[in-house]
Amino acid sequence: MAKKESSFVNMVFTLFVITLTASTALGFVYEFTKAPIAAAKQAAKMKAINEVLPEFNNLPNEEIYKIAMDNDTLYFYPARENSRLVGTAIETFTNKGFSGNIKLMIGILPDGSINDIVVLEHKETPGLGDKMSKSKSDFSLQFQGINPESFNINVKKDGGDVDAITASTISSRAYCDAVNRACNAYLKGGKK
Amino acid sequence: MNQWKNFNKGFFRENAVFVLFLGLCPTLGVTTSVINGVGMGLATTFVLLMSNIVVTLIKNFIPDKVRIPSFIIIIASFVTIVELLMQAYLPGLFDELGLFIPLIVVNCLVLGRAEAFASKNSFLSSVTDGLGMGFGFTMALFFLGGVREILGSGSFLGFKFIPGDGILLFILAPGAFIALGYLIMIMNKINKKTT
Amino acid sequence: MNFIIIIISAIFVNNIVLAKFLGVCPFIGVSNRVETSIGMTGAVTFVMVISTIVTYLLQHYILIPFGISFMQTITFILVIAALVQMVEIMLKKVSPVLYQALGIFLPLITTNCAVLGVAILAVQNDYNLIESVVFSIANAIGFGMALLLFSGIREQLELVDIPQPMKGVPIAFIVAGLLAMAFMGFAGIV
Repeated sequence: MAKKESSFVNMVFTLFVITLTASTALGFVYEFTKAPIAAAKQAAKMKAINEVLPEFNNLPNEEIYKIAMDNDTLYFYPARENSRLVGTAIETFTNKGFSGNIKLMIGILPDGSINDIVVLEHKETPGLGDKMSKSKSDFSLQFQGINPESFNINVKKDGGDVDAITASTISSRAYCDAVNRACNAYLKGGKK
Repeated sequence: MNQWKNFNKGFFRENAVFVLFLGLCPTLGVTTSVINGVGMGLATTFVLLMSNIVVTLIKNFIPDKVRIPSFIIIIASFVTIVELLMQAYLPGLFDELGLFIPLIVVNCLVLGRAEAFASKNSFLSSVTDGLGMGFGFTMALFFLGGVREILGSGSFLGFKFIPGDGILLFILAPGAFIALGYLIMIMNKINKKTT
Repeated sequence: MNFIIIIISAIFVNNIVLAKFLGVCPFIGVSNRVETSIGMTGAVTFVMVISTIVTYLLQHYILIPFGISFMQTITFILVIAALVQMVEIMLKKVSPVLYQALGIFLPLITTNCAVLGVAILAVQNDYNLIESVVFSIANAIGFGMALLLFSGIREQLELVDIPQPMKGVPIAFIVAGLLAMAFMGFAGIV
């Protein structure tokens, strides 16, 4: 078969057909993967909530409430066991990360102390800042069981009580910033 | 053409990373561990194979002057498909690879093969070429990821066999460049001996 | 204040080539001579800034309102490819001198991941239009600086006696590694 000539009509027609086919195919795949993507995101969030809170038997994401803070929103997931509050998971953020935003899930017990923290999303340097993830180092363990009233959530360099990750003061600072934001919001009316 | 030869050229003689120096950005960017490297390699292989197939099937319908834009659209579609599928079924890996998934679209390797090979060769050759080049690329990422993970975190495939931190430098950016430099040097030496 | 952080972080701390690994292909490919790297830097700056503006507008006024942000990759790359062509044609008409200086680099830019990378990063970081422009300019400067430093070193390297299998690209990578190490020293300044 002979190659098509590069006439104006031919070119426009070819590009039009290709773009149309491509976008139809993409639209189809998008519709097909929409539900699984949403489910995967939801599952990741639920896993984080389960990890940072003691056992509960309600559906925290159905009782979600929001508090606006610093031009963005914090999401609160109250967890109850037989309708008694056992803790609140807070999805918090910071934009002070070394390379972009960091999102954390923080579990706070009804007495105001931190139960556990997991990282939801970060873009920190592999090998340095990414040690904030629980699987990579013990950095996040030092927050377990502390109460923000008696514990200064700032790195030691800034006069706080937190041991920063070696060579990653900026990432550690950002982490503390996110934790502080969640604790402040909790005290300011996030407690329900 | 000998299909086997066509397939295995991607591994040594024309290895994308070590010999042709194509697709270096993802090579350096994602190889902090073996799993990331191989994941990236396979995602690229998929895009490479599919775009090779489509390009070779429709090569006669595309006027010469709009060749490149057409190829880019085809490649970008497959990249988006990979992006969506990974987000749905491998969300963990997708988070790790991040920006480098959409960047497969500008991986010179993919466009290069579409333009230099698939648009001129038969269906079967294009398939073997795509697979060979893709697996060769994956192999390179596997080696680089292996070196960096073993030296940098003292583990292999996530299994830690040296306690402690390892030589942190190899996980960081400078280590990527240096490790790749040495791997290319070794490859130069091997290729010189066999030819 | 915010701008200063964006600029310093993009040029030094998170240098696009040496820390983010974007645009490594041209970094290795055209860095043999200082002259060519100046040309490449000019072309990249040009395309990067324009394409960041255009993709920003596309993202916020077309893709998001219509709920089709999954088409991001394909639209961005098409915009960049089209822009590169347009810039090439316009330069040829408007400024033949500039065209002669940048002409041969323009086709290479479509597949320069730095351009697409910066466009996507600007969107991911939720920058507004002005921040996006500043971000793209700073990244272009960072790219240019890395490229210039590197080509300067490589010109000297040609005169050095190094083991045969290491000649050319391998030693270039190792030098790039050392350069990246030097840039890591900037990490403390933000």
